[in-house]
Amino acid sequence: MHPFNYYAPESIEEASKILEKYGEKAKCLAGGTDVLVQTRGEKFDLDAIVDVKKIPELTELKWTDSHLVFGAATPCYVLYEDPKVCEKFPGIIDSAFLIGGIQIQSRASLGGNLCNASPSADGICSLIVHEAICVIAGSSGLREIPVEEMCQGPGRNALENGEFLVSIKIPLKDNKFSASYERFIPRNEMDIAVAAVASSVEMQDGKVSSCRIALAAVGPTPIYAQAASELIIGKEPTEDNIKIVSEKAKEIASPIADMRGTIEHRKDLIEVLTRRTISKALERVGV
Amino acid sequence: MSENKVKKVAVNTTINGEEMDILVDPYISLLETLREVVGITGTKEGCNDGNCGACTINLDGRIVDSCLVLGVEAEGKNIETVEGMATPDGLHPLQQAFLEEAALQCGICTPGFLVSAKALLDNEPDPSEERIRHWLAGNLCRCTGYDKIVKAVTKASKESK
Amino acid sequence: MVSTPENKNYKVIGTRPIRHDGYDKVTGRAQYGADIKLPGMLIGAVVRSPHAHARIKSIDTSEAERLDGVFAVMTAKDLPRLGDVVRGNSEESGSEKHLSENVMAFDKVLYKGHVVAGVAAKDQNTAFEAAKKIKVDYEILKPVIDVDQAMSKDAPILHEDYTCDHLGKEVKNSNVAAHVRHENGDLENGFDKADLVVEKEVDMQTVHQGYIEPHSGTAVWDEEDRVKVWTSTQGSFAVRDSVSKVLDLDVSRVKVTPMEIGGGFGGKIPIYLEPISAVLSRKTRRPVKTMMSRTDVFDATGPGPGGKVKVKIGIDADGKILAAYADIRLEAGAYPEAFIEAAAKCVFSCYDVPAMKIDAYDVLVNKPSSAPYRAPASPQVAFATETVVDEICKIKGYDPIDFRLLNVAEKGTRTALGPKYRTIGLKECLEAAKKSDHWKSNLNSNPKTGKKRGRGIASGYWFNIGFKSSVNLSLNPDGKVALIEGSTDIGGSRASIAMQAAEVLGIPAEDVRPSVVDTDSIGITDVTGGSRTTYATGYAAYNAAHKLIEEIIEKAALKWDISKDQIEYSDGVVKSKTDSELKMTLKEIADDPPGGPIVSSASVDLEEAGGGFAVHIADLEIDEETGKTDVVNYTAIQDVGKAIHPSYVEGQMQGGAAQGIGWALNEEYFMSDDGVMLNSSYLDYRMPIALDLPMINTIMVEVPSEEHPYGVRGVGEPPIVPPVPAIGNAINDALGLRLLSTPMKPSRITEALKRKK
Repeated sequence: MHPFNYYAPESIEEASKILEKYGEKAKCLAGGTDVLVQTRGEKFDLDAIVDVKKIPELTELKWTDSHLVFGAATPCYVLYEDPKVCEKFPGIIDSAFLIGGIQIQSRASLGGNLCNASPSADGICSLIVHEAICVIAGSSGLREIPVEEMCQGPGRNALENGEFLVSIKIPLKDNKFSASYERFIPRNEMDIAVAAVASSVEMQDGKVSSCRIALAAVGPTPIYAQAASELIIGKEPTEDNIKIVSEKAKEIASPIADMRGTIEHRKDLIEVLTRRTISKALERVGV
Repeated sequence: MSENKVKKVAVNTTINGEEMDILVDPYISLLETLREVVGITGTKEGCNDGNCGACTINLDGRIVDSCLVLGVEAEGKNIETVEGMATPDGLHPLQQAFLEEAALQCGICTPGFLVSAKALLDNEPDPSEERIRHWLAGNLCRCTGYDKIVKAVTKASKESK
Repeated sequence: MVSTPENKNYKVIGTRPIRHDGYDKVTGRAQYGADIKLPGMLIGAVVRSPHAHARIKSIDTSEAERLDGVFAVMTAKDLPRLGDVVRGNSEESGSEKHLSENVMAFDKVLYKGHVVAGVAAKDQNTAFEAAKKIKVDYEILKPVIDVDQAMSKDAPILHEDYTCDHLGKEVKNSNVAAHVRHENGDLENGFDKADLVVEKEVDMQTVHQGYIEPHSGTAVWDEEDRVKVWTSTQGSFAVRDSVSKVLDLDVSRVKVTPMEIGGGFGGKIPIYLEPISAVLSRKTRRPVKTMMSRTDVFDATGPGPGGKVKVKIGIDADGKILAAYADIRLEAGAYPEAFIEAAAKCVFSCYDVPAMKIDAYDVLVNKPSSAPYRAPASPQVAFATETVVDEICKIKGYDPIDFRLLNVAEKGTRTALGPKYRTIGLKECLEAAKKSDHWKSNLNSNPKTGKKRGRGIASGYWFNIGFKSSVNLSLNPDGKVALIEGSTDIGGSRASIAMQAAEVLGIPAEDVRPSVVDTDSIGITDVTGGSRTTYATGYAAYNAAHKLIEEIIEKAALKWDISKDQIEYSDGVVKSKTDSELKMTLKEIADDPPGGPIVSSASVDLEEAGGGFAVHIADLEIDEETGKTDVVNYTAIQDVGKAIHPSYVEGQMQGGAAQGIGWALNEEYFMSDDGVMLNSSYLDYRMPIALDLPMINTIMVEVPSEEHPYGVRGVGEPPIVPPVPAIGNAINDALGLRLLSTPMKPSRITEALKRKK
């Protein structure tokens, strides 16, 4: 590993300056659970690591009138140990509670998960189905993008040179909304998803008024399966309707075969998991 | 390769209750820092990528894989390792239970399991078998099949009540 | 070396004292391989081949040598070139040339990760950076990655110069390093007369032992050409032998100090880094420590052989086995030795088979040179045999335990290689299984919705080796005993050995303090492996303790000036048989004994310990939609001979079961077509975690071995044999599917379910 320097800026501006100076030779450090492994594995050749955890905005969790906002470096445990987050967003908690083991959850963050842009990321699908928004800082200030635009390819994110993710905003919904995330792994923890699905539903008058489905490990990035989601909007959440959505999600999935799974198994799993996560989300809104 | 001068960094940290100043290369892990700089080798390396838990330590009250933390991040932190579990008066109840229940065979994963289990019992005095297994999912053991480890943690939880 | 097991009420044996080395291991004080730090120590790193099969055209080390902080660079040119001498026995066999080439490639690399050069530097990062600057020019060759490919016509040949042994015939230019055959009885007649013949072929992926501690090797080569080695190993004398051969030194020039060992399961018998650190030390005259990463461990050490095994069994109308045939093709990896003789010994070991034929092939492939893995080759062959037996039971409607009892191997049954079994305990294990709560329990109590349950049973065998061990005892002035031994302690053997000496002496286990010492400080002791340690080193401790008593009596006779035969010893007290005034505790006799301190030593060279058998029952719950399999109930039953420390015997049974479950369900070398292992991390190798397993019930059956005074049998290896077939049989019970390939992973289950529909 090429030796690198360590910076721990305490403000967004300071961090931006360092990141801009080093360009591709610098990476942000939040939990380190991906970036340190990848740097050792020589995926990057770094001159600097920029620890963003001392910047207040990066680790704070707050509720505004319209959003839950949490810093990009907020560790998973902070989310799942917060009773209000658990109550309002069980679908987010599904993800936060199964990334790695307890040791990893002490450090890893959904923001880091997002920036790492792995196709099999456990956090991203949940964020997509919650219509989460990324708040990004750069030399020219802050900008916002929908979370589904963050991942551009395996390990590639939408951050420009010198930019970094500050926080994630999740719009508040009423209690007719809920979500669920489920992944398939051969073991029971400490594994990478063979395939995974997050689903969210919002109910109105016994019908699904909105729905979002996102798929992981079945494409170069986590996929917002909009075409599948739309099939159930305006309809009753019957078994048949759920089945139609699940079949469509399976169609959208375009996995590769690798050591973690076969194409056929992954596609089949998407169908199963879509069904299960929609049902779970419905159960959570009391349907 | 670019010219990038990398200097050691002075770090003030507290390890097992002892405050110390150490000098570390900014790119080495906390695991390497503990073993090579501080010179305590109870914390073990099994994989160096966060998948075995042999290097588990307690960092400001939370367990972490020390291979996935930089040594420089120890600045101002409170670190507990396996070496800090026993007191001059005796073993921690978990250590005693691991011995009595034969919860170790080769012993290489034992420090990580002990540090993990201690963090569990510090917060949850009476965890179920399922909870213990979930909490310890990040610690690999290849010798025991986990049976006696789970029993030892259960025993320690009952005895420390 | 045959005696009748002592039959008495033991005071120490069968109790569960805290192991002597336990305190160091729960406090972090215990020093494992990587924990050693010597003054002025350098750190070594190696360059590994990225190709599975290639010829080395040139190596340019100049840039690395120029790097700041680099002290020495080496290639295979720095090692002596050895001839092709075959040496050793059992788990340590192989040729010196291959031993050396596996440490560092001379002309050809034979697997991805094969070491081609080494470097010593001031610290780890500098060593890694320097290793990256060593340029190796390769001529890439087509790799051979499985037995079918290796045995096919026109397959690339790994060892052009190697003379293979095909049924005694010398053959060149083959990837089949050896073909052996064992025959007994009239096979054809047996199959002709059979009422039912079932044949299955299983396909096993390569697996790894998975010990948590990566390999390391530290060495000092001094000005006198003496080499000191510190390493984590299952056999310090095996390391001494191997290192002295690779470096072409007399064994007495090599001293090996064993560090604590963080798991091995057979994989820490071979040497890898020790000679490299030694040569780097010769060049720098400083201590050098070289360590492996987890990926190195997967890429270049271990593995347990994959391969294919075909088994055919014929039974008569009453269910008696008439004939059995096995065709065993196992991957040796880059160098010969896939334990095919062990495979032949084990394949039909659980049954009384009147006519049998076994063909076994040792097949070279471009994977790391296989190492023993807990009952080497026995799980592979058991998967085939126990699957066929299960299928016979399904077809004929036999109870699987009754069928096994009907055909059970017992004392006097002829084994595959000829000798008849002495007292063994398979029948007792099967009977215990039948009576177990698990077997009698309702499989379908409380299943989760949408899931299918199944129960499987299988048996397995390991023969348990003997060989050499040495033990020294000395009586300290406080009346306690120091026990010096050479068996590295991988899981409680200090305790089980010390307890046998304590039993003889009639003193508490804690009063015998065991130490595992270096190769200059104790007589030759073979590896901690083959399930021999508690048996053979324990036997040496038993003998040494009896000798110590003789010494004690002799000293007492001198002290009291009476004849030895008037003196007796029991439970830590030596006394006159006639004069009740004359008695001394160990402390009293040890205080300035006439003629010098009281010491003893003993060594043994033993035959096999009498085989060990295990019967496992597995209940699975399977999600048909995803193929996810969970083990919901598991019981391991085993003839343990005599359990010296029952907790550690149970631990062996549970640990073996856990490894076998991982092997059955998820573990594999997932190889690219180029011969590269793609999942060389714990993340993707998928060993069982705590959440993957239930409590593992153990039933220890004690049928004492005839070969040991306390009836000890090896216990470490039999428990890894039954899990793979037990799980395969449980899957069949749940889903009506025969999965014949490991791992029986989720995608294989869903694919098979689709095919069935």
